[in-house]
Amino acid sequence: MTEEITMKKIDTFAERSDDKKPRKTHIEAKDFSLFYGDFEAVRKVSMKIPKQKVTAMIGPSGCGKSTLLRSINRMNDLIPSTSATGEMIFDGHNIYAKNIDVVTLRARVGMVFQKPNVFPKSIFDNVAYGPRLQGIKNKQKLAEIVEESLRNAAIWDEVKDRLQANALGMSGGQQQRLCIARALAIKPEILLMDEPTSALDPKATAKIEDLIGELRKQYTIIIVTHNMQQAARVSDLTAFMYEGVLVEFGKTKQLFTNPENPQTENYITGRFG
Amino acid sequence: MRLETRKLLDKAFSGLGLISIAVMAIALLLILTPIVWRGSKAFVFKGTIEHRRVMLEQFHRGNAEKFNKDYAEVVAARAPIYDMLTDFEAGTEQRVSSIETEMDAKKERAKELKAEARVLKREGQTEEAEKLEAEEDRLKDEAKALKTQISELKESRTEPLESVIDALQELFGPMPGQRTPVLLRQQYGQTRWDRTLVKLHEVLYTEEWDYSNADAMGILIEKPRIDQFIGTEMESFFPYLEENISEMMQPRRTFYWQFITDKSKDSHIFGGIWPEVLGTIYLTIGAMIFAIPMGVIAAIYLCEYAKEGRIISFIRICISTLAGVPSIVFGLFGLAFFLNTIQVSDSKSVLAGSLTLSLLILPTIIRSSEEAILAVPRAYKEASLGLGASRWHTVLTVILPAALPGILTGIVISMGRAAGETAPIIFTAAVSVGAPLKLWQTLSQPTPALPWNIYNLCTEHEAVDEIRHVQYGMVFTLVAIVLLLNLGAILMRARISKKLRG
Ligand SMILES: Nc1ncnc2c1ncn2[C@@H]1O[C@H](COP(=O)(O)OP(=O)(O)O)[C@@H](O)[C@H]1O
Ligand SMILES: [Mg+2]
Repeated sequence: MTEEITMKKIDTFAERSDDKKPRKTHIEAKDFSLFYGDFEAVRKVSMKIPKQKVTAMIGPSGCGKSTLLRSINRMNDLIPSTSATGEMIFDGHNIYAKNIDVVTLRARVGMVFQKPNVFPKSIFDNVAYGPRLQGIKNKQKLAEIVEESLRNAAIWDEVKDRLQANALGMSGGQQQRLCIARALAIKPEILLMDEPTSALDPKATAKIEDLIGELRKQYTIIIVTHNMQQAARVSDLTAFMYEGVLVEFGKTKQLFTNPENPQTENYITGRFG
Repeated sequence: MRLETRKLLDKAFSGLGLISIAVMAIALLLILTPIVWRGSKAFVFKGTIEHRRVMLEQFHRGNAEKFNKDYAEVVAARAPIYDMLTDFEAGTEQRVSSIETEMDAKKERAKELKAEARVLKREGQTEEAEKLEAEEDRLKDEAKALKTQISELKESRTEPLESVIDALQELFGPMPGQRTPVLLRQQYGQTRWDRTLVKLHEVLYTEEWDYSNADAMGILIEKPRIDQFIGTEMESFFPYLEENISEMMQPRRTFYWQFITDKSKDSHIFGGIWPEVLGTIYLTIGAMIFAIPMGVIAAIYLCEYAKEGRIISFIRICISTLAGVPSIVFGLFGLAFFLNTIQVSDSKSVLAGSLTLSLLILPTIIRSSEEAILAVPRAYKEASLGLGASRWHTVLTVILPAALPGILTGIVISMGRAAGETAPIIFTAAVSVGAPLKLWQTLSQPTPALPWNIYNLCTEHEAVDEIRHVQYGMVFTLVAIVLLLNLGAILMRARISKKLRG
């Protein structure tokens, strides 16, 4: 991404929102489809995701939430025989254009996965992995970034005495927060979270949810969740997907209390899914 | 299926499993026990004074003062033996010369008679002359008989003596006063007590083969040599030798651990196996230097970069096939390609052997590395890429470290294979006798190596019966090297896995 990145587009939806301040679109999908071979897992999705808000994606299993989320940092490239049509615009640039450097893109979009996937390295090295990639070698600086990221991920107090211990020795909830810290350490603009709490117990889940509440101040967060209560608790906006199609996308409160689409209503009232 | 049948089948299966494990364990024991037992005898044995002499004179090892004292005792103990031999020789000489004097006297008398007869003939006394001539003929015949007696005497005393001396030289080394033989093996007696007893037996008994029954194999008949010497100066030679052999050889328990690090002297008759051990180390390390980078990089390419397709599946099939190719084919290929075609060296060399061995183990390394890389959780890869790492960086910092235990296991297993393979190095690197190589010589020179020399010793060595212990020592060392490598792999793997698991 050598071109200068500018942000001109003002999101119409955000303007209509209750917020007094105008909001800018951070990511926009335009007729975006993603194929696994011939199978269209995401179908012509168009949506504008605003900056510094929490957007939740809900929908029954297999409806394409993860696929859409992973399209935002082109994680699907790892799977052979995937292809995309339409556009996915990030800061005014279609990230599926030919001249896009995926590595730089991913450095600006942090991702937290369903299962905590810490490296079999020390806690410190896990968090420092991203900054080191960006060429930061100064120990002092690294230590600062690591501390800041761990503090932001609300895990500093628990691990500050054992930064050199192997990360695999931590509990599942701690590991997931370490993954968040690791993602925060690259100073991303967007944080993608794919069911970050599905492998955790309720206590750990609550901690992560609190954390998301804190992080929304600085980051644009997109969270895929299976759990509608969670979506209702943590998100500003919610997208409901069904069989690859974006059925409804709107403010969380409105979507849960007064959905426009009958399919959405059926899903959130538990009639299917 | 009925419950009982199922239970029965389960039991049958576990029974079969147990039996096959037990059979394997027993087979392993049956193979390992003799190797360890006999191999250990190259290191721990009863060494004679001759062993200490070899150590002192050839390897400059041991206490010279103490040795000289011991050796003086030994010489003193052996002296009567040699005295008896000298006496016996002198006795033969004496007997021969007394018969010779008698014979000479008879010949002289016969000559006189002939002259007298001639005179008488000239004087016309024919009758008298004929009488004298008859007397002369009789004397001549007697002289002739004495001559045969001499040769018979010589035959009956000298020939057995020479054969005793030959056997004795094998036992004790050169005779006192004899010129130093050229071959090192003839300069010393038996260095090991077990061999001493064998050689002693050869001094005490003659061996003859009875082939009278043409339909059956020959029968070995042993006859005590003493029978040939009854009533001579040598009569007490044999009992004396048998009784005092310990004093003459001074056997002592010996720990010869330098067997591994000593050069061999006179093609393994004395000394150790260092050239072979070093050659094996060179070949193995050399093979690793070529095979590890190639194999691991190939595995990374196949797992992480290559796009699945016909070419890649073809390559995979080729790799699997390569793993099944008989090792002698690799040896011939190495000869044809590395030595004849691209000529990495003028003669066989460690370099050519290492290259050949590296080809042999390449498939194993590729496959085990591939498996190890594929076993790395995909989550690690995604995490790294998701943080903005390039593929190459991800491979280096995340995938390879996590795959290391598996890769190392493959490497060490193939190291064991490379250390033990014989066929690939026959044509490319191995010679039967050689000095330990310097590092730079490995580029151009061949080396002895354990697997090849084990084979070579038992098929081509001229005195293999004398040095069975060396052969078993080599086998033992090779097995130990391979087992140690595998043990190292297991420990290393355990440590790294523990570190990875946290
Ligand atoms: N690697 C893949 N190859 C082929 N099909 C896939 C792959 N991953 C997911 N899919 C299919 O794509 C659809 C959407 O999957 P996913 O995005 O994981 O759904 P969700 O996260 O909403 O449960 C599913 O039908 C799934 O079977
Ligand atoms: Mg999913």
